[in-house]
Amino acid sequence: MFAGLDIQIPRGKVTAVMGPSGTGKTTLLRLITGQVLADGGEIKVAGQDMQALSRAELYVLRRRMGMLFQNGALLTDFSVFENVAFPLREHTDLTERLIRQLVLTKLQAVGLRGAAELMPAELSGGMSRRVALARAIVMDPELLIYDEPFVGLDPISLGVILRLIRRLNDTLGITSIVVSHDVQEISTVADQVFLLSGGKVVAGGTPQELKTNPTEIVKQFIGGLADGPVPFHFPAADYFGELMSRSEDL
Amino acid sequence: MFGELWESFTDALEGLGSVVHFLFRLIVNSPRVLLRFNLISQQIFNSGALSLIIIVLSGLFVGMVLGLQGFQLLQRFGSEEALGTAATIGLVKELGPVVTALLFAGRAGTALASELGLMRATDQLSAMEMMAVDPIQRVVVPRFLGGVIAMPLLAAIFSVIGIYGAQLVGVQIMGVDSGSFWSQMRSAVSLTDVTEGIAKSFAFGVACSLIAVYQGYYATPTAEGVGRATTSTVVTSAVVILFLDYLITAAFL
Amino acid sequence: MRKSRTLNLGTGSFVLLGFAALFFLTTQTTSRGLSIFGPARYEVTAKFDNIGDLKVGAPVSMSGVEVGRVAKIDFDSNEYKAVVLLRLNQRFNKIPTDSDASIYTQGLLGGKFIGLTAGGADTYLKDKGQIDFTQSAFVLENLIGQVLANFTKSKADSLSPADATPRATEKTK
Repeated sequence: MFAGLDIQIPRGKVTAVMGPSGTGKTTLLRLITGQVLADGGEIKVAGQDMQALSRAELYVLRRRMGMLFQNGALLTDFSVFENVAFPLREHTDLTERLIRQLVLTKLQAVGLRGAAELMPAELSGGMSRRVALARAIVMDPELLIYDEPFVGLDPISLGVILRLIRRLNDTLGITSIVVSHDVQEISTVADQVFLLSGGKVVAGGTPQELKTNPTEIVKQFIGGLADGPVPFHFPAADYFGELMSRSEDL
Repeated sequence: MFGELWESFTDALEGLGSVVHFLFRLIVNSPRVLLRFNLISQQIFNSGALSLIIIVLSGLFVGMVLGLQGFQLLQRFGSEEALGTAATIGLVKELGPVVTALLFAGRAGTALASELGLMRATDQLSAMEMMAVDPIQRVVVPRFLGGVIAMPLLAAIFSVIGIYGAQLVGVQIMGVDSGSFWSQMRSAVSLTDVTEGIAKSFAFGVACSLIAVYQGYYATPTAEGVGRATTSTVVTSAVVILFLDYLITAAFL
Repeated sequence: MRKSRTLNLGTGSFVLLGFAALFFLTTQTTSRGLSIFGPARYEVTAKFDNIGDLKVGAPVSMSGVEVGRVAKIDFDSNEYKAVVLLRLNQRFNKIPTDSDASIYTQGLLGGKFIGLTAGGADTYLKDKGQIDFTQSAFVLENLIGQVLANFTKSKADSLSPADATPRATEKTK
């Protein structure tokens, strides 16, 4: 899928990974989190080679990461509170009181402390994602990964998430990787942007630099143009020829 | 045509290998999970206690039918008093384990498959992996062990209720002597028969639970995928149950 | 957390019910019950010329009361006899050593069982003992053979007086 991908994601900054549909942005995330193994090459997170880790070592490393899934991926049998408390219960021996304080603090950070007793089925899309975010930061990770966090959100919820991404990075210094294709939105919070296409990085730099990048594919993507290096027409036979042949069959 | 046949054969073999590999994985992870028995306990409730109603009702009706049919058949040979023996052996060795297993596959098996399938489809399993929680240990093994433990218990309950159902029809309604019903049964039924039944229900429990959690865990993460997983569970379970039934019956001979 | 209380209650009740059913099946429907926890037993052997269709598990009774079961059936290739291992309940430990063991049939055409008849000795059978006096099973085919043999023999007897007389008169001439 990728051919010669070379990306360096800086610590403590918000990095956006963008690209047309199907270029493998999610696959990149899976490689970084070790959910998928690469056929060749090297993936290093916090100085450790992801390919060489055993399952146990991988789990240890993952405790320093947090991931926000596209649809929140909350555990449906647990309440909001229990969902956020889940990593704490599984990995730590903290007392109930401490867990409660931590969970409420994180929920407060995303603005949902009042919803602690609700079940995931009762939440809207935006709220689910915020709860998932609270869950992702409850163990104070060093790295946060957002997989298409803006999909299907109304402008208000979208703005909320954007603000949270920026705030978390500013206040906690968490390295953030955001995979998205909302060009306008992500440009407001990202420090650095990578544009993927055809299995390669076609552009990298600050949002400003990308806006002025002369490469065709970058211009098409940033400008939201219907036709360009990514063609409008799906590959097909000659139009005139196909029309003619059909009438001949009649 | 042959090529297709060969392909489906190798596909099936591959699937079988995958299932066996999965079983080993579950077994290897079981000791750790047994330490957190409350997880398993919850699943025993889901698979066992919640299936009680259908098992009890079915056991009662099957027992009553056995009583009726058995009585009519034995009457032709003048051996109505052997009804207790006939009903008990039929239930304990065959009907109890097999019918319970089929009902289990339909009720508990589909529930397990759809739960896990849904978790797969909504990324909950991946989320757990990302939170460094092994979903096999946290979610799959408890469900598997819950089913394995619940099955023999359900089969035993089915058989007991069935015997009483047969007694209800035979003694209370058809007039078989109550004393003969029980005494003939006691002298003719051996511990080996009961052991055979227990061995069967245990084997069925492992098979059904394994198939259900496997289908759910590896379901295609879409709505249709979950649906297909549940139907596959019932169909595959039924075939495997009946096949194992033959194997174990033959082994005990 | 309140939810887990009723949950545990439910699971506990279910498991209890299940084990009760298992217990019922293993003890109330079988005659031997849990032989592992059963009464103590001792074993004696008895050799027979012919055991017919005696099966392992057949009852051993004395005066019509069941005192044990047939545990094993073997063949002695030196004496060409069947060796039957009887497992007797320790409660019945006053069986004289010169008692005899015979193989009977239950009812008219039922299965075979072993019946013990008390002897008069002062010593009693103990574990690993042997019953010396045995009587083989009744085999229907042998009886039919005997009846036929007797029948043809008596027919021959009833014909002989008429034949013998002329020879006797010849001798006296």
